[in-house]
Amino acid sequence: MIETEQLTKRYGSLVAVDELSFSVGQGEVLGFLGPNGAGKSTTMKMIAGFLTPTAGHARVCGFDVEQEPVKAKSQIGYLPEGAPSYGEMTPGSFLEFIARVRGLSGAEKQRRMAEAVERLHLQSVITQPIETLSKGYKRRVGLAQAILHDPKVLILDEPTDGLDPNQKHEVRALIREMASDKIIIISTHILEEVHAVCARAIIIAHGRILADDTPAALEARSPYHNAVSLKLGEMPEAARARLGELGNVSGVEDIGDGRLRILPTDGEFILPAVGRLALEQGWHVDELQVESGRLDEVFRQITTDGLAAEVSP
Amino acid sequence: MNKTGIIFRRELSAYFATPVAYVFIVIFLVLASAFTFYLGNFYERGQADLSPFFTFHPWLYLFLVPAISMRLWAEERKSGSIELLLTLPIRTSEVVLGKFLAAWAFCGIALAFTFPIWITVNYLGEPDNGAIFTAYLGSLLMAGAFLAIGACISATTRNQVIAFIITVVVCFGFLLSGLPLVLDLFSGWAPQVLTDAVASLSFMTHFRSLSRGVIDLRAVVYFGLVIGFWLAANTVVLDLKKAD
Repeated sequence: MIETEQLTKRYGSLVAVDELSFSVGQGEVLGFLGPNGAGKSTTMKMIAGFLTPTAGHARVCGFDVEQEPVKAKSQIGYLPEGAPSYGEMTPGSFLEFIARVRGLSGAEKQRRMAEAVERLHLQSVITQPIETLSKGYKRRVGLAQAILHDPKVLILDEPTDGLDPNQKHEVRALIREMASDKIIIISTHILEEVHAVCARAIIIAHGRILADDTPAALEARSPYHNAVSLKLGEMPEAARARLGELGNVSGVEDIGDGRLRILPTDGEFILPAVGRLALEQGWHVDELQVESGRLDEVFRQITTDGLAAEVSP
Repeated sequence: MNKTGIIFRRELSAYFATPVAYVFIVIFLVLASAFTFYLGNFYERGQADLSPFFTFHPWLYLFLVPAISMRLWAEERKSGSIELLLTLPIRTSEVVLGKFLAAWAFCGIALAFTFPIWITVNYLGEPDNGAIFTAYLGSLLMAGAFLAIGACISATTRNQVIAFIITVVVCFGFLLSGLPLVLDLFSGWAPQVLTDAVASLSFMTHFRSLSRGVIDLRAVVYFGLVIGFWLAANTVVLDLKKAD
C-alpha cells in the first residue's frame, strides 16, 4: 500500500507538487500522466525518499518515508528518470553491488541476479562498461536494478523511454507479469502505454490531480467515445446530410480517404442506427467501426482545461 | 558485510577502473621525490631521516587531495547516480563514511608506494624507524583531514572544478591558520581568544610535531576531530540538499 497525504513540494514560490493525496493498493498498476513539468517525477522522488516533502507525508507499506527511510526504501524498487548508474562498472558488477546493498547474499543473490539478467536480456553485455552501452541497454540495466530484490513496490520513472518498439513491448509484458503481487507506479508521456499496462491513470498538471480513473473511463470522456467511422464504396452526396439527421448524432466529419466519422451526443451508442440507415439506403459499406475514444484528446482537454481554470480566477 | 563496507569496496574499485588512480599515484610519487631531492636536499644534508620528504607533504596534499575529493559527490550529482544511491536502503551517514574511507584508503595506497625512499634511507644510514612510522601516520591523518573537507565541499555542488577550487582555498586556510597571512584577517577586529583559536586550528603545527616523530596525542585527536566534524557536515549537507 502506498499512501500520500497532502504531499507538497515547493521551490521558493514555485509549487511543484500541490497537496497530492492518493493511495495505491497491491495488484494495482498506476500510470502517472501529465505534461512536462507537471510534477510527476517530483512526486515519485518524494515517495522513493530522495526529495524531502515541504509538507505532507508519504507512506510505503506502512512505513513513513521520512520517519523510517531505510525500512521504506527496502520495500521499493526505484528506476530514477534517465536510469542513472555508474558508467565505469559493468552490468554484472553493478547488479552485484546493488544486491549487496539490498542485503542479498549467497545462493539467493545469485538466483535473483540471474533472474534479473535473464528477464531483461542483459547476458550479451554483462562484462561491458555501462557507459559504452546503448540507451536501451542502460535503461534495461536500470530496470534490472529496480526489480532485483523482488520488491513489493516498483516506482518506474519513464521505464520505456529510449527503447525500441520490441523492447517496449517486452518491458510492458514484464510489468504486466509482475503486476499481480506488487504495487507499481509508472510515469509516462506515451498514452498507448497507459492502455497497455495500467489499471488506473492519474493525470496531473501543475502539481494537482486533474483526473483519477481507469483508462477506459477516461476515454469515455472523449467526444470521440462511441463515434462511428464509416467508409462507403461510393459516397452518395446525400449520405452526410442523412447521417446528420439521425437521432443522438451531434455531427458528421469527413476525415478523408472516403471516411466519415459520426459523432454521438453524450457518448450514446449510435452504431445500430447508423447500420440500419446504411441498409435502408442500400449504401455499399466497406468499413464500419466504433471508436472507443482517444486518450490523447482527453489528455489535452483535461490538462488545458486545468490550465484555463487556473488562469481565470 | 555491513553497508559502509559495501560502499567502500565499490568506491575503491571505481578508482582503479579509470585512469584516475594511476595518474594520481604516478604524479604523487614524482612530485614527492622531486621535492625531497631537489628542494629538500636529501643527500646534501647528510642526515639519516626523512624530514625533507615529509616537510613537503602539506603542500603536495593541498593540490592533490582536492583532486581526489572533488569528484566524490559532485560527480554523483552530475550523472544523477546520487538519486540511485540515496534511494537505496542505507543511511546517508553510512554512504558518507564508506566514500570517505575509500578515498582515504586510496591516499594510503599512494603514500605506501613511497616505500623506496624508506628503503633508501635505511640503506644509507640508521634512521629512527619508529619516528618515520609516526611521520607516515601523521601524513595519512593530515590527508584524511584534507579529504573530509573536500568531500563536504564536493557535496555542495555538481561542478567538480568549483569543488576543487573552493577546497584548495579552504584547505590553504586551515594549513596556514597559524601564520600572519591568515591571522591578520582576524587580529584587527576579533578578540584575542578567537585569534588564538584560529591559530590553534593550523594543520601545519599539528603535522610538524608528528612529522618529527613525536607521538603527540593532541595532534592525533585534533585530526580525528577535524575529520569527524567535516564528515558530519557532509551528511547534513546531503540531507538538506539531495537534489539540485
